Amino acid sequence: MHLTLEFGGGLELLLENSTKVHKVEVPPQDGENMVTMKGLLSWVKANLIKERPEMFVKGDSVRPGVLALINDCDWELCGGLDAELEEKDVVVFISTLHGG
Amino acid sequence: MAGGGGCGRSREAIEGELRKLRAEREELDSRIRQLESQLEVGSTGVGGAVAAKGAVDSSCDGSVACRSRGGNGFAPDSGLPADMIYRYSRHLLLPDFGVEGQRKLSHSSILVVGAGGLGSPVALYLAACGVGCLGIVDGDDVELNNLHRQIIHKEAYVGQPKVKSAADACREYDIVVDATDNLPTRYMISDCCVLLNKPLVSGAALGLEGQLTVYHHNGSPCYRCLFPSPPPVAACQRCSDSGVLGVKLRGSLPDCTICGKNSVFTEQDFQKFDYESFTQSPMSDKTAPSVNLLPESARITSRDYKRLVDNGEPHLLLDVRPTHHFQIASISPSLNIPLSMLEEKLPMLETSLKETGAASASGKEPSLVVLCRRGNDSQIAVKLLLEKGFASAKDIIGGLQAWGQDVDPDFPVY
Ligand SMILES: [Zn+2]
Repeated sequence: MHLTLEFGGGLELLLENSTKVHKVEVPPQDGENMVTMKGLLSWVKANLIKERPEMFVKGDSVRPGVLALINDCDWELCGGLDAELEEKDVVVFISTLHGG
Repeated sequence: MAGGGGCGRSREAIEGELRKLRAEREELDSRIRQLESQLEVGSTGVGGAVAAKGAVDSSCDGSVACRSRGGNGFAPDSGLPADMIYRYSRHLLLPDFGVEGQRKLSHSSILVVGAGGLGSPVALYLAACGVGCLGIVDGDDVELNNLHRQIIHKEAYVGQPKVKSAADACREYDIVVDATDNLPTRYMISDCCVLLNKPLVSGAALGLEGQLTVYHHNGSPCYRCLFPSPPPVAACQRCSDSGVLGVKLRGSLPDCTICGKNSVFTEQDFQKFDYESFTQSPMSDKTAPSVNLLPESARITSRDYKRLVDNGEPHLLLDVRPTHHFQIASISPSLNIPLSMLEEKLPMLETSLKETGAASASGKEPSLVVLCRRGNDSQIAVKLLLEKGFASAKDIIGGLQAWGQDVDPDFPVY
């Protein structure tokens, strides 16, 4: 499945060359025929994150302080970990900032 | 020694005179600042009444900036004066804003918490666009190197809980803008706005990246709905340039501990809540804990280091700050190896240390002195160096900050 992934708020620093936008091909998880957010998170952790994975994920989910958006919509509104992704979806991960 | 002319004055006398003059100048500067701030507080310009208050303003009576709605050029029931029409014409021409929008703005009151890098432009724009009453709260002295440390407290609240002064300040306003620079204060302001039922506009910036969110307004979530548990202390906070404008956020969480339907969070709970231990980070970086990793034998003060230099003792000064810090200012001569690269560059350090030893006349083994900005990273570096066999490694307590304070007042502070 073709997905566009964007990383912001410093999360891009965990990726190779600190690249923010990644156009990727994500396969469905074993035994399933679709990609869920849960599947995407473990795929990102295994394939994109180069360092300090604990800054991105905690357990099955994103770590506290990270906001996930599916097509500019809070992932909590789309089903959270169970949200089913569709071809060409744009998924954004942002670490919240608190500087002033 | 009569007739010595200009050369007769000793260095000490000149230095004494300089100190005296500098003290007088400081005194004058502070009186000028005080008078200027009185002028500003007293004025109610056309562009919006701005009253700045802070914990340091001893002339204030402890009340929040302004309680009355100035109206700011709009009489409640009359039309717009010509000069107001001209001043705000670009607002009035916006179909979605118009005269009604300008009128509402002129009768609104907004409190900006934090007058730093974010709060300052926010306050300027709000004042210029015609907000009726603008309050600014920031507890710090303005220093040359900071426009970015913000606290909400006023002098009248010294010795009282921080949350009380925050609550009393927010109570007076329709809208609160969070422009503070730290996590515990952000949770605190959000909780406070939920309790007082005020919308919160939260801005955050770091490096080149900015984020803007409206909390607790028309069913929108509070900060805790989005981030029920605080991020880890070491969560990456670095600059980049993506934003989050215009995304659809979740609504208020029904089971949010603060704004949810069944929330039992009261003002008493709020005042007792320990935001610093909840987020495990301090409200002001002045209270940031300094690390203490080394035995006393592996540490020297900046004055000790000065003596070591003056006595010509052979040594190598290793500066472990990031390169871009080193480029701002450094003690010469020193070797810069950023802490993050120290382990891989140990062979290079070894070589430099040998060269230093060879160059010294005494033939004494050179010591290794480690320095950073504030004396935390240097301890981490010395700990590593001791483990790797650099037995003479010592760190300078308090780093360049202490050097500037205790040894070289001309060393640039940043
Ligand atoms: Zn909430």
